[in-house]
Amino acid sequence: MALTANAEALLRVSEVTKTFGGVAAVDGVSFSVRPGESVGLVGPNGAGKTTLFNCVCGQLRPERGTIELNGRSLNGMATFERARLGIGRTYQRVEVFSDMNVRDHLIVSVRARWRQGRLWRDLCNLSKPTADERERVDAVLDLVGLSDRADTSVSALGLGSCRLVELARALIAEPVLLMADEPSSGLDVHETRELGAVLRQVQRDQGMAMILVEHDLEMVAEVVDRTVVMNLGQVVAEGHFDTVMADPIVRSAYLGLHE
Amino acid sequence: MQHLLGFGIPGVPYGCTYALVAVGLVLTYQATGVLNFAYGAQAYLSAFVFTYLVQNQHLPVGVAFVISVVILAPAVGLILDRLLFRKIAPANVIAKLVTGISMLVGIPAVLSVLFTTSNQYNPPSILFDPNVVYFHLVGTPINGIAVTCVVATAVTLIALVVLMRWTNLGLQMRGAVESRRLIELDGVNSGRVVASAWAISGFIAGLAGVLLAPIYGQLQFSDYAALMVAAFAAAAWAVLRSLPVAVLVGILMGITVTVLQGYLPVGSIWSSAALTSLPFVVLVGALLLVPGMRTLGQDKDPLASVDPPPPPIAAAVRAPEFDRVIKILWYVLLVAFSLSMLTWMPKIWENVFNAGLAYSVVFLSITLITGMGGQLSLCQATLAGVGAFTAAQVADRLGANLLVGALVGALVAALVAVVLATASVRLRGLGLALMTIAAALVFDNAIFAQVATIRGQSINVTSSSVGFGILNPNGRAFFVLAMVVLSVCVVLVLRVRNGSIGRFLGAMRGSSTAASGIGVNLTWMHVLVFGLSGAVAGLGGTLLAINQQAVNTQTFSWSFSLVFVVVVVTTGVSTPEGAIQAGFSFVVLQQLLTYVPSRLGGNSLLVILFAFGALTYVAHPEGILEFQKRRWTMRFERLLLRQRTSSTDISGPDAGATAGDGQLARVAADSDPALDR
Ligand SMILES: Nc1ncnc2c1ncn2[C@@H]1O[C@H](COP(=O)(O)OP(=O)(O)O)[C@@H](O)[C@H]1O
Ligand SMILES: [Mg+2]
Repeated sequence: MALTANAEALLRVSEVTKTFGGVAAVDGVSFSVRPGESVGLVGPNGAGKTTLFNCVCGQLRPERGTIELNGRSLNGMATFERARLGIGRTYQRVEVFSDMNVRDHLIVSVRARWRQGRLWRDLCNLSKPTADERERVDAVLDLVGLSDRADTSVSALGLGSCRLVELARALIAEPVLLMADEPSSGLDVHETRELGAVLRQVQRDQGMAMILVEHDLEMVAEVVDRTVVMNLGQVVAEGHFDTVMADPIVRSAYLGLHE
Repeated sequence: MQHLLGFGIPGVPYGCTYALVAVGLVLTYQATGVLNFAYGAQAYLSAFVFTYLVQNQHLPVGVAFVISVVILAPAVGLILDRLLFRKIAPANVIAKLVTGISMLVGIPAVLSVLFTTSNQYNPPSILFDPNVVYFHLVGTPINGIAVTCVVATAVTLIALVVLMRWTNLGLQMRGAVESRRLIELDGVNSGRVVASAWAISGFIAGLAGVLLAPIYGQLQFSDYAALMVAAFAAAAWAVLRSLPVAVLVGILMGITVTVLQGYLPVGSIWSSAALTSLPFVVLVGALLLVPGMRTLGQDKDPLASVDPPPPPIAAAVRAPEFDRVIKILWYVLLVAFSLSMLTWMPKIWENVFNAGLAYSVVFLSITLITGMGGQLSLCQATLAGVGAFTAAQVADRLGANLLVGALVGALVAALVAVVLATASVRLRGLGLALMTIAAALVFDNAIFAQVATIRGQSINVTSSSVGFGILNPNGRAFFVLAMVVLSVCVVLVLRVRNGSIGRFLGAMRGSSTAASGIGVNLTWMHVLVFGLSGAVAGLGGTLLAINQQAVNTQTFSWSFSLVFVVVVVTTGVSTPEGAIQAGFSFVVLQQLLTYVPSRLGGNSLLVILFAFGALTYVAHPEGILEFQKRRWTMRFERLLLRQRTSSTDISGPDAGATAGDGQLARVAADSDPALDR
């Protein structure tokens, strides 16, 4: 792969603006993520973090700005095409496939990512999970700690487990960029700590880049290399977690709306 | 110019009714989020009662109008809201559609049972005499119907503008346009806003109904369905939002129809097809060209994230050992049935069951598109017809066997489905339903009539055209053929369901957001599953035609498409089993009804039964029959297990199970610990 001038950045977001009814939810945001880097995206509620995620993965079309992955513009590309390029994510509002079991969540993810689902294969009854697929599914389930619930329907799982299912579903597709949207919301302290450990481990093992939106700052501090702070649709600070958190602008954004 | 006006002016009354109905549809959609598919039936109901009161009870027109339009019509709107639509979760598009369609099918059927006569002629006009020409406009005589339509529409629209602009209620209703939850948070009584919207739109439906009635000499439900579809088209251009645009497009459509009819050669197919084809074209145009229609299905409510995620549907569990017993029972039943069909089955019932097999194939196509694809199609009978007519025509042209034609027919039906799916792909949820009901009317009125004859004769299926002794009088060969076709279809559907495509579709139904987020091409899935559904429906259509030994338009009329949907939804839309149950209950009940006195309603009773059965979809999306089966299975199972184990450990529900509400869930949760053993 030829290295161009900006190939150093895996994801490059430039001047992205997305408005809802005239109000800018994301307002000229620029930042980039290097391969293998883990970035925390924090900010008060309504700062535009989820909206930014939706712009990156294609669920929303920004009015202005460009988003590039590996130097390739994603503008005009459908969500599923971006997913096949290796953008994986989890959702703030849990989005699981309600009548499927945990294992099928992972299998469907593998097959969608590498376009392995073919009608003729189904018709010839060649679509049973392969040994290779089962092995990979088991490995990922083991990693996130869902092995004992592989054959449970997600409708019988609690919110915490559903978040893990989402994470596993994203991980098995071996994303080059994982975007996790408040993975710890709805989890208890213990589960949150476990989740943090899992995130750190997979990030190191698989060497993927990650953007973590999270309200639990302790977890952010543990997991990320760099932190971007958003407020009212704009990036207000960027840098190492401790430095950023010492920034008075950041403190006021947080203190103003939180405590 | 003179010509143009002369042709266009007679279209104004049509345009007025289109505009009114479009306004009513937009109003309910904005205030409640329901695209009301029952609307055509509401209009028909008022027109029917009005005509009945005047013609049969000899009430004065004014009194009849007050009863049928001022009182009855808003009441029906309120009842629909209270008893049905209010109970449906806002995001459950399919449940809203199914409920509307149940009523669209059910209300006319109830009317024909209650009033025994479904034919009413010469409906009166509410204001001016239809037989008097009041004045001439650019040489065109203007009779009482036109004057009445224009006056009534203008008055209603002005009243509506006053209401929306200058009253508190109107303000709140406009607020509902922005966000239903916002007004709730503002402390406004949103229940009142919603109820008012239903009552007002109910009144408008009733008014449009009695206005349209005298335009046609005879009161026919299909005219009201066509009216509703035309109004859908107008409302689509208004992005289901702007009342002025809806009115404008509605009136323009009315005018365009008569202009087209004026310029097209008299008596030609094009001329008679214009009335039903135009709404389809306009609707397709809106879906393709109006940008706002694309995002319609998406959640635009800025406070949406306040909502908890929808409750998970209850997962039905059956112990493996019990599953095996049930399976064996099914096989025993199947063998016993097949042997009976091949030996002693009386002629009447043999025919009934053969028809049941053919219907099962058609209904399997609904399992595909609705159960697996999560979309509602309102043209499955049409697709079956496309298959059957193509088969007959191809077999005739090529001198080939009808069974060869059946394959070509299935292919063509699949192509038609693919085209419809492609055109509606931008509007998920509502899109396919809108597109398909419009398409069904077009095929019915413009296309099937063209292919329903061969050399001027209606098409009969003869033993020579099918061969293999399939049309032997004893019906056994047909039974074998139908069994083979059905089995092959079921096996293929099951393979797709359990394969990759089935998983993609399951993901899409569960969460389209997450499905596209992992790389599922929703557009392709949508087109693919409807294409498959079309192929199966087309095959089933030819089978049905062979069974009936004729290919005629009645079998495949648009209204059957609606009936098919409620039938399958009642028995169970998510499994092939449900489709087979649907096929058999449809024909068996039909046969049983021939034994009861016909004054009880005959086939209308059947339609009513299924229409109301389909209403249970909201509570039991798996089908009421399926639900009852599972429930009894569970009870039975618990009984068995309780006997085997001591009853000590069948105590509380599993703490980990967060099953949704509903009896099934409770039963499932109750028996979970026992099943885990
Ligand atoms: N679909 C939408 N329609 C209208 N407004 C929206 C929509 N999604 C988000 N918003 C608005 O955009 C702003 C940013 O929201 P969001 O991205 O969810 O913030 P965060 O994830 O940082 O809490 C909020 O003010 C929110 O109300
Ligand atoms: Mg968010």
